[in-house]
Amino acid sequence: MSKVLIVAEHLNGKLNSSTARCVTCAKAFNAESVAVLVLADAPDAVAAEAAAIAGVDKVLTVANPANTHAIAAVYAPQVVAAAQGYSHVLAPSTTFGKDLAPRIAALLGVAQVSDIADVLGAYTFKRPIYAGNAIVTVEAPADATLVATVRTASFAAAAAGGSATVEALNLTMELPTHTRFVELQQGKSDRPDLQSASRVVSGGRGVGSAENFAVIYKLADKLGAAVGASRAAVDAGYVPSDLQVGQTGKIIAPELYMAIGISGAIQHLTGIKDAGTIVAINKDGEAPIFEIADIGLVGDLFTLVPEIEAALG
Amino acid sequence: MKILVGYKRVVDYNVRIQVKPDGSGVVTEGVKLSPNPFDDIALEEALRLREKGVATDVVVATIGPADCQAHLRNGLAMGANRAIHVVTTQAVQPLTAARTLLKLIEKEQPDIVILGKQAIDDDCNQTGQMLAALWNRPQATFASKVEINGSAARVTREVDAGLEVIDVDLPAVITTDLRLNEPRFIKLPDIMKAKSKPLETIPLESLAVESGDHLKTTAYAAPAKRSKGVMVKDVAELVALLKTKGLV
Ligand SMILES: Cc1cc2nc3c(=O)[nH]c(=O)nc-3n(C[C@H](O)[C@H](O)[C@H](O)COP(=O)(O)OP(=O)(O)OC[C@H]3O[C@@H](n4cnc5c(N)ncnc54)[C@H](O)[C@@H]3O)c2cc1C
Ligand SMILES: Nc1ncnc2c1ncn2[C@@H]1O[C@H](COP(=O)(O)O)[C@@H](O)[C@H]1O
Repeated sequence: MSKVLIVAEHLNGKLNSSTARCVTCAKAFNAESVAVLVLADAPDAVAAEAAAIAGVDKVLTVANPANTHAIAAVYAPQVVAAAQGYSHVLAPSTTFGKDLAPRIAALLGVAQVSDIADVLGAYTFKRPIYAGNAIVTVEAPADATLVATVRTASFAAAAAGGSATVEALNLTMELPTHTRFVELQQGKSDRPDLQSASRVVSGGRGVGSAENFAVIYKLADKLGAAVGASRAAVDAGYVPSDLQVGQTGKIIAPELYMAIGISGAIQHLTGIKDAGTIVAINKDGEAPIFEIADIGLVGDLFTLVPEIEAALG
Repeated sequence: MKILVGYKRVVDYNVRIQVKPDGSGVVTEGVKLSPNPFDDIALEEALRLREKGVATDVVVATIGPADCQAHLRNGLAMGANRAIHVVTTQAVQPLTAARTLLKLIEKEQPDIVILGKQAIDDDCNQTGQMLAALWNRPQATFASKVEINGSAARVTREVDAGLEVIDVDLPAVITTDLRLNEPRFIKLPDIMKAKSKPLETIPLESLAVESGDHLKTTAYAAPAKRSKGVMVKDVAELVALLKTKGLV
């Protein structure tokens, strides 16, 4: 029987929806119990959010000024201490979880399963390799703690409606000071969050410049959509790096994905393969994006995108 | 200052990987092999630190089969001072790779270890973090900017929320993201020069590394295909279709 500990991801006092997606993953292998661990300076608000997720039995909190920022070297030993008695430690496959989970696994001396995309059993999972060109089934030993990251696009967020108990943990251990947070440069945006938005409009190199990206932002705002981009658009400096979608950027699964001026390289496609409906707009009718798009439209984006905006009324 | 660089050989990113019909693996026979793109970025960063006078010695290391020599010569041609080849016939999993790199750290005593954030074959994104944990040192993952200030490094990290800046005391492990730099091209004379640079060969068995290859891969499958959709002729048709699907 599996007892699962999920490391909560949070920022600015708010729980990230990636945590509720990990709960769904744990439920998929019929976890006997699910606990969420909140490491923070002042964990109460985040803990209350976690306690309200259906399926969560217990929330553990560790309040410590050292936990103000998610520093993997500081978090990992605390997670290891809190994980005693648990069979599974899960974290989301976001930059937070990717940074932290291997550090936990190494301290425990166990291998890690990265990017669980499907659950076949409590120790058997499917995960993508080679930019999603192959899906492997991996089996982890059942006699060791299972440490894994969960591909958030593959699991819906567990609904609200839970009422878990919250328990403060008192961990007395020396924490490293060799890693110090300086700042987070966060683009201010009122647009929906790329990783959880139900609609995403993405632009690629075809958009041509940072100024031209205004056409993408305008359509996104019309649709109430998040904005994404290809690596080429990020590399060229049209948009910040946190908008990159793909193998080495964000893996997303919106209901509607619009790829505009994006050719459809495999590294990009692996980031959107679970999207509901993919719309592609490209002036090149032979662009590979059309091989996977549900709806394709050939033409110049600078003509077509404003037309779409107008047609939406 | 010495920098150790993880330099893994992988299937080139342009190759469209095929799963074998019997599901026993992927076809790697005859496909083009290249340095992991993130490791090229790692090596480039180390070379730039040497060119700035911050580092003096850049060592590239790979854990891989006997025919990885040419791959390491590539790293030497790009500019590394020395190469270390830990020879093994089996592909190693990240925990084993981290434990092996730790042995090299004990031998080499580097001030900075730079790895790629992920190897584009297994897409694990684990080795650097595991190595930092085993070494009990800081990690600065997903780096897009590195500045060395005496005994610390200031690293800008590409995180989901934006760009995070952290300071880490050295020695430390840094893992590279795509925008850290653009690796240089290798020039012909450098290929000739690389032939006489030192390349040390160490059998993996001789390092007494406890294996961390705990995961068993039991099946390989091709990804579910998205079926080809429809082409629409104009915006009116597109918007009408999106409306029928309830998407706008
Ligand atoms: C290790 C590695 C990791 C990578 N990770 C990622 C990743 O995470 N995400 C990612 O996206 N990429 C990634 N890439 C890069 C990827 O291989 C491609 O280079 C990239 O996705 C191309 O971006 P693009 O489609 O915007 O540009 P291009 O391939 O240049 O395509 C531009 C498209 O715009 C069209 N176009 C031009 N003008 C117009 C116009 N006026 N109207 C309409 N269409 C127009 C063109 O026909 C073309 O199809 C990675 C590569 C490597 C090596
Ligand atoms: N066999 C290996 N040889 C050299 N470096 C490696 C090896 N395996 C992993 N690495 C390093 O660890 C990084 C991350 O790999 P991974 O954790 O497998 O995604 C790579 O980019 C390399 O820098």
